[in-house]
Amino acid sequence: MAATTAAIAGIGQTEFAKVIERPEVTLACEAAAAALADAGLAPADVDAMVRFDLETTQDIELARNLGVENLRFFADTPHGGGGGCATLGIAAAAVETGRADVVLCWRSRKRGSGRRPWATNDGAIAGEKQYWVPFGLARPVDQVAMMARRYMHEYGLTEVQLGHVACTIRAHAQRNPAATMTKDMDVATYLASRFVSEPLRVPDCCLESDGAVAVVVTSLERARDLPQAPVVLVSTAMGSGPQTVGMANYFGPSITTSPAAACATSLWERTDRRPADVDCAQLYDAFTPLVVQSLEEYGFCERGEGGVWAEAGELAWPSGRLPVNTSGGGLSEAYLHGFNLISEGVRQVRGTSTSQVPGASTVLVTSGNGVPTSAVLLGSDR
Amino acid sequence: MSETGGVPPLVPEPDQVSAPFWDACRRHELVVQTCTACGRARYHPRPMCPHCGSMEHTWEPASGDAVLYSWVVAHRPVLPALADRVPLPIVLVELPEGVRMVGNLAGDAGELVIGMPMRVAWVDVTGTCALPAWRPAG
Repeated sequence: MAATTAAIAGIGQTEFAKVIERPEVTLACEAAAAALADAGLAPADVDAMVRFDLETTQDIELARNLGVENLRFFADTPHGGGGGCATLGIAAAAVETGRADVVLCWRSRKRGSGRRPWATNDGAIAGEKQYWVPFGLARPVDQVAMMARRYMHEYGLTEVQLGHVACTIRAHAQRNPAATMTKDMDVATYLASRFVSEPLRVPDCCLESDGAVAVVVTSLERARDLPQAPVVLVSTAMGSGPQTVGMANYFGPSITTSPAAACATSLWERTDRRPADVDCAQLYDAFTPLVVQSLEEYGFCERGEGGVWAEAGELAWPSGRLPVNTSGGGLSEAYLHGFNLISEGVRQVRGTSTSQVPGASTVLVTSGNGVPTSAVLLGSDR
Repeated sequence: MSETGGVPPLVPEPDQVSAPFWDACRRHELVVQTCTACGRARYHPRPMCPHCGSMEHTWEPASGDAVLYSWVVAHRPVLPALADRVPLPIVLVELPEGVRMVGNLAGDAGELVIGMPMRVAWVDVTGTCALPAWRPAG
C-alpha cells in the first residue's frame, strides 16, 4: 500500500428526476457544493478535479463557479459509464503521490431532457461503429442483448433470473426516498413487460434520469480531521481486457467475458480483502445482464451462478448473501452513469443507507462493464 | 430496404482501412482481412495484425458459410432510419475463417437456434452500398 492512503471525505447530490429544468452546470455546482459542505471543506481547499470525458461541464467551468483558486491536478476518464470509479482511482493516485490534497469528482447529467447518444447515429456511420450500427445494432440495449443471448446459451442464464435482478433492485429503491422508480414489480409483471431488444425487456434497462452526484477525495490523514467518518479507498482498479470494443464487444476471444474480469484481477491484487469479505456491492446496472456478469467476474460466485444467486434471493437486502444496489441503482434510483452507486457505497460504509447492511465495512462499487471499466473497494477506517 | 419516409438509410462510411471490405460487399463478395506474415484473419478491419504486429495484409475471399453465434430482435424505440423495419432481427455469426461479424437476417428465417449453419446473402441498401445478410443454410 502507498505511504499515503486516500479516502472519501464527502458526498453530495441533487434531487434525481426524469426531467430537471435547471442546467447541467447548475446541477454540477449544487452537487459539488453539497459534497464540500458534507466534507467540512471550502472551495478554497479544492486543488484537483477528475472528470468523465462525456461530462459536458468542463472542470474549469465548475472551478470558476465554485471560486477554486488553482487546479494543480486535473484529468479526464474515458469510456463513458466505465470511467466512473476510475475518477476515484485517479484521484487516489494523485493524493497518494502528493500531487493533490483535495480532489473533486462528479457526474452531472441531463439525460432525460437531452438527446440520447445513440440517437445521434444517422446516415453514414464512421469509425468502429460502421461494423454494427448500419445493421441496426444501434442502441446500447441491442449491443448488450446480443451478449446476453449468448450468455444464456453458454451458462443457462434465464429471463426469470434477469427478472429477479430487476425486481430485487426495485425493492431496494422502494425503501429510498431519493429513488425515482418505485412502482411495485414482481417477476410476473417483469415477464409481462414489453421487449426493447429481445431477450431484454423495459425493466432490464436503466432509467432516463437528470441529476448530479459529487465526491470529495483527500488523504486518510486529513479526512480523519474532518466531520464525516473517512471512507477508505482500499483498492482501485481499471481494466480493458483483450480485443475490447466499447459495447459491441464481439470480436475477441469471448463475447461473454467483460472487461470487468481483467479489472477484478487488478482490484484484488491490491488488497488482502477477498470477495467473501464484501458486505454489499453496488454493481453497474445499465442492464440486468451486466449485474450477473459482475457477480461472477468479481469473484462472488462461479460462472453461471450469478443468475441462480439472483433467483435465490442472494442479492436482496437484508437477507441475501450479498445485497446489491441497495439504493435502487441505475435501474430504479437514477441513472447517472453509476455515480449514485459510489455515493451509496459511501453511505453503506458510514452506516446511513436506507437499506443498511449492519456493520458494513467493505463495499464494492463497479462501473460499466460493457466497456473498459473500473472499480473501487471502499472500507471503513481502522 | 430503400429510403423510408425521407430518412436516409444507415450505411457504413468507408475509411482508408475499411474501404476494400465495403467495396467487395458492393460486388456481393465477402472478404476477410488476412495477415500476410502469419496468415491469421481479423475482424473488424484494422492496420496492424494483433497476433504478430505485421502491417501487411490481403483481402481473402471467405467461403460465405457461418454459424449463428447470437442474435437480438430490436423493438421500438429505434432510430428513424429503422422505424419501418422493427421488429428487426440482427445476428452475430462466426465464420470458419475464424472471425465474427454482425449482420442482418435475410428473408423470413423462421426459428433461430444458436449454432445453426448460415449462408451469406446480400442486401443492396443504396446504389453504392450492399450489406451482408445471413440466411439459415440447408
